[in-house]
Amino acid sequence: MAGSALWFSLLLAAAFAGRAMALWPWPQYIQTSEQRYTIFPHTFQFQYHVSSAAQVGCSVLDEAFQRYRDLLFGSVSFHFPQPMGKRHMSEKNSLVILVVTPGCDQFPSLESVENYTLTVNDEQCFLLSETVWGALRGLETFSQLVWRSPEGTFYINKTEIEDFPRFPHRGLLLDTSRHYLPLASILDTLDVMAYNKFNVFHWHLVDDSSFPYESFTFPNLTKKGSYNPATHIYTAQDVKEVIEYARLRGIRVLAEFDTPGHTLSWGPGVPGLLTPCYSGSHPSGTFGPVNPALNNTYEFMSTFFLEISSVFPDFYLHLGGDEVDFTCWKSNPDIQAFMKKKGFGEDFKKLESFYIQTLLDIVSAYGKGYVVWQEVFDNKVKVQPDTVIQVWREEMPVRYTKEMELVTSAGFRALLSAPWYLNHITYGPDWKNIYMVEPLAFEGSPEQKALVIGGEACMWGEYVDSTNLVPRLWPRAGAVAERLWSNKMLTNLDFAYKRLAHFRCELLRRGVQAQPLSVGYCDVEFEQT
Amino acid sequence: MEHRGLGWPRLPRLLELLAALAVQAVRASAIAAASPDLSLWPMPLSVQTTPRVLHLSPDNFFFGHSSTSKAGPSCSLLQEAFRRYYDYIFGFYKWHHGSADLRVGVELQQLQVSVVLDPECDTFPKISSDESYTLLVKGPVASLTANRVWGVLRGLETFSQLIYQDFYGTFTVNESNIVDSPRFPHRGILIDTSRHFLSIKSIFKTLDAMAFNKFNVLHWHIVDDPSFPYQSITFPGLSEKGSYSSSHVYTPNDVRMVIEYARLRGIRIVPEFDSPGHTQSWGAGQKDLLTPCYNGKDPSGAFGPINPIWNTTYSFLSKFFKEISTVFPDEFIHLGGDEVDFDCWASNPEIQDFMRDKGFGRNFKKLESFYMQVVLDMISAINKSSIVWQEVFDDASKLTPGTVIQVWKVEDYTREQSKVTEAGFPVILSAPWYLDWISYGQDWKKYYAVDPLSFEGSQEQKKLVIGGEACLWGEYVDATNLTPRLWPRASAVGERLWSHKDVRGLEDAYRRLTIHRCRMLRRGIAAEPVFTGYCDHEDRM
Repeated sequence: MAGSALWFSLLLAAAFAGRAMALWPWPQYIQTSEQRYTIFPHTFQFQYHVSSAAQVGCSVLDEAFQRYRDLLFGSVSFHFPQPMGKRHMSEKNSLVILVVTPGCDQFPSLESVENYTLTVNDEQCFLLSETVWGALRGLETFSQLVWRSPEGTFYINKTEIEDFPRFPHRGLLLDTSRHYLPLASILDTLDVMAYNKFNVFHWHLVDDSSFPYESFTFPNLTKKGSYNPATHIYTAQDVKEVIEYARLRGIRVLAEFDTPGHTLSWGPGVPGLLTPCYSGSHPSGTFGPVNPALNNTYEFMSTFFLEISSVFPDFYLHLGGDEVDFTCWKSNPDIQAFMKKKGFGEDFKKLESFYIQTLLDIVSAYGKGYVVWQEVFDNKVKVQPDTVIQVWREEMPVRYTKEMELVTSAGFRALLSAPWYLNHITYGPDWKNIYMVEPLAFEGSPEQKALVIGGEACMWGEYVDSTNLVPRLWPRAGAVAERLWSNKMLTNLDFAYKRLAHFRCELLRRGVQAQPLSVGYCDVEFEQT
Repeated sequence: MEHRGLGWPRLPRLLELLAALAVQAVRASAIAAASPDLSLWPMPLSVQTTPRVLHLSPDNFFFGHSSTSKAGPSCSLLQEAFRRYYDYIFGFYKWHHGSADLRVGVELQQLQVSVVLDPECDTFPKISSDESYTLLVKGPVASLTANRVWGVLRGLETFSQLIYQDFYGTFTVNESNIVDSPRFPHRGILIDTSRHFLSIKSIFKTLDAMAFNKFNVLHWHIVDDPSFPYQSITFPGLSEKGSYSSSHVYTPNDVRMVIEYARLRGIRIVPEFDSPGHTQSWGAGQKDLLTPCYNGKDPSGAFGPINPIWNTTYSFLSKFFKEISTVFPDEFIHLGGDEVDFDCWASNPEIQDFMRDKGFGRNFKKLESFYMQVVLDMISAINKSSIVWQEVFDDASKLTPGTVIQVWKVEDYTREQSKVTEAGFPVILSAPWYLDWISYGQDWKKYYAVDPLSFEGSQEQKKLVIGGEACLWGEYVDATNLTPRLWPRASAVGERLWSHKDVRGLEDAYRRLTIHRCRMLRRGIAAEPVFTGYCDHEDRM
C-alpha cells in the first residue's frame, strides 16, 4: 500500500490546482489539468453509447439525464451564450455513457457495483460503468466537475477519474416516529443523499411515539397509533413513492420495525400485543415491550412481517432490538411464570433472546436478511451468521471500537453508527470529528475488517422535524459520506474544509438549505420563502 | 357602540391599576394553568378567564376603533396590524372553518380598540414607550385599551393567542380579562449580519417572530471583521470594498424598509457599529483607519484595531456616526467596544510614542478608554445615547454617565451586574443568553431559569437593569438555520423579560411553549420542536 499512498498524495497535489476542488466525496483516482472545454447548454446532451447495455427507455438513466441537465443548467437556460461560428476541439457537446451490464428495472442491493470511470479529454467525454448504479455515481461526479465562469460560460476541465466506493453500505437514518416528516422532506433528503453518494436510506418508521406506517393488514396500527391518522401517516402509495424515488437514485430503502422495545405506539392498535406492567399484584395501566410470552404475539408478527417483506423490496429488514427495558416484564406475573416454564431463571436477556430468535426465524422464512442493533449481539441472542450488527453505543458497555472488534471477531458483519449520531449537536465545526472517524480503526485481522460493510449517519427525531432537519443534516452528513466512499488516506482537514465549503454552496445552489461550516458566504444564498 | 367602557375602571387610571395588579401575578398564572386551552406566551401580568365561550366567524368578525379612541382609521400602524392579526387568526383556515350550524352561545363580532393618550401612530417606539394594555373579552364586543399604539400591538398579539378552534373547527374564545405590561422595557434579539449576510426577508421573518414573542428591540450587529454589508451614503467605499459581494449589502432603502417593518410591529432597531476592535472589514474601504501592525521595525502588512491616535480617525468617525444618527431613528447607538486586541497597538511605534506623550505607560486599557471616550462624546454631541459591551466599563477609569452597559461574559456575570449598577450605569443582560451556543436537548429551560435580577444589589441597582437580549452570533448561522436555531429557544428569553418574575414553572412553560411553537409554525415561522410530538398543521410549512 505504500506505493499507492505515494500516487495518492501526488494526485492530491495535482488536484489542488484545478476545478476538481469542488468534488465531494473525493474520487479514488483523479487526474485533472488546467486545460478546459466549453459546454453549451443548448446543444449539450447525455447520450448512450451504441454498445451500452442500457439504452433510451432505461428509466434510471433517462430520468437521471433530465435531473442532471436541470441541476447543471437549471432555470437560466435562456441567457446562455450561443455557440458562435464553427465548432472547436475545445467544446464538449455530449457525455457518452456506456453501461456494461444490462438491468434498469431492478433494485439496488448491497452487492451492487458502483464503479465508474469518467474521461474528459480531447478525444472524448465518456462515462463507463459496470451497472446503471455506477453510471448514477459518475453523473453526480460529472455534474460537480462542470463550472461556470463569471460571464456565465460553462466549462469542464480535462479530467480522468476512476472511482468506486470504499464501503458498500453508506446509509442515513431518519426517524419518522418521534416527529413525522412530510413525504417531501424524505424525497428531498433522498436527492441530497444522491449528491453525497449515500446509497442506503435507513427508515426508522415507527417507535414509541407514533406509528405512521399505514399497514393494510393491520390498519388500526396507524388509526390508533399515529399522531393524526389523516395527516401524519405514510400510505402504501407514499411508501411506494419513496422506494421508487430512492431506486431511481441508486438508494436502497432499509425499513426498520423496531421490537420488542420502542413499541408503545403499536399498543393501541393491537390489543394484547404489549406487556401489561404490574404495580404489586395489579396491572398498573401502563404497558412495556412486546409480550414475548404469548403465541398471539408471534402470530401477529408473522402476519405483519409478511406484509413488510412484500412492501419493502430490499433483501434486508432492520428489526431493531435495542434498549429493551426489563422492569415491566419483571413486574408481570404471566411473564414470571413463562420465565420459570422456560427455565430462564432471572435472566431477562434470555427472554429477550427468545423473542428475537423467534422473530428472526419468522423473517428468515420470508427470504429476508436482517440488520439489528448491537444489543442483540451483546445479549448473546443466537442469530444467523449472516446477520448484520449495527454498532451504535459510543462508550457502553464497551467503547465502539472494541464493540466492532467483538462483533467482527464473532464473524458477524458490522455497520458503524456510534460516532455519527448527527442529532447530537454542539457548538462549532463538529463535522471535523465526524470526518476524522476511521471505521476500521479497531484491533482485528484483515478478515475482521472485511466484515465492516459500512456505516450510517443517524438523525434521531427527538428534537428534529421538517423545520430543522435539512440544516442539521447537511453538510454534516456529507462528512460521513466521504468517509464511507473515499480512500481511507484522505484525512487532511484543510483539503476537506475547502471542498466541503464549496460543496455546501453547491447544495445551496441546488436549493438545499445546508447550513454554513464557518464564517463566509456563497454566491447563491438560501432564500427565505 | 353602547358597550364601550364595559364597566372597566376609568382609563386614565390604567397605570395605577397595573401597579396594583402586579402583586396578583402569582395568582394569575395559577388560574391560567388551570385552563388547558390557554397557551399565552409570554404570560401576561394578570389573566382571568371563565369557562364561558364565545365563537367568532371569519365573515362577521372585525377589528374596530372605539369612538373615544385617540386613534382612528387614519392610524396606518393599527390598520396594518388589524389586517395581520385577522390573517393570523383566520387566514390560515380560510378553506375549512367550522360549520355555522354547530356554533352555540354568544358570538364575538368585534374587537374594539381604544387608545387613551396621544397614540404615537407615526412615531418610532422608544425605550420609554408604554406597552401596557387591558383586554376585556366578552360578547358581542371585546375591548382592547391602551395608552399608546404600542400597547395595542401587544394586546392584539395576546388576543390572537386566546382564540382557538374547538373540536368542530369553530373559532372559539373564552371570556377573559387581561391586564398586562412588560417587566423590562428593553427586550432584544441580536442578529449578526457580518459573519454571514442575512437577506432582509430573513430579517423580516425574525421581526415577525419577535412580535409574536413581544420582543421590542432588534440589536443589529450589522458589521464586524468578516464583512461590511452596510452601504454608507457618506463612505460608499466601506461596503464596496468591505462586503462579501455586491449582492451582500444593505442599501439605504433596505435599511429604511427594515426600520419601518420593525416600527409597525413596535420594535426598535438598535444598530451596532462595533469599534475599535472587530473592524477588519472597515479597512479595505477606508485607508489609514486601522492600525498597521509591526513586526519589529517594519510594518507586517497586517492591521489591527482602529488607530486611536490620528485625528483623521476621529474626523472619519464623526462624519460616519453623523450619518448613522440620521439613518437610524432610535435614541441608542451601540458602539461595541468589546475584545480589543492590544498586540497590534503595542507593536506600532507611533502608538508607543502617543502612549508615552499621554502618560499611559504600558496600559493599553487607557488607550482604549481614551478612544471610547472620544466616540462617546461624539455620540452625545449628536444627541444620541450609547450602548457598549461590558469591557468599556471594565477598562475605564471614568465613563459618561448614562452609558448603557451590555453584560455578555458568562463568567461571574451576576457580579458584573452588581459592579456596573453599583457604579450607577444601566445594564442590558446577555451573558446567559448566547443562543448561538447550541447543545443537545432542551436548553430553553436553562435560558428560562435565568433571572436578570438575581445579583446582589440594592433596589436602586436592580432598577438599573433595563432588560436583556438573546444573542445569535453568526459564525455558524445564516439564512439556512437562523429561524429554527432562534425559535422557540429565544421565546424562553422573551417570557423571562416580559412576564412577572414568579412566572417560572417549567411544566406549565413547557406546555405553553409547545403550543406557542405550533402557533409560530402556523404563522410561517420554522420554529424547531421543543421535544417529541407534533403540530396539527406542520405540513403547511
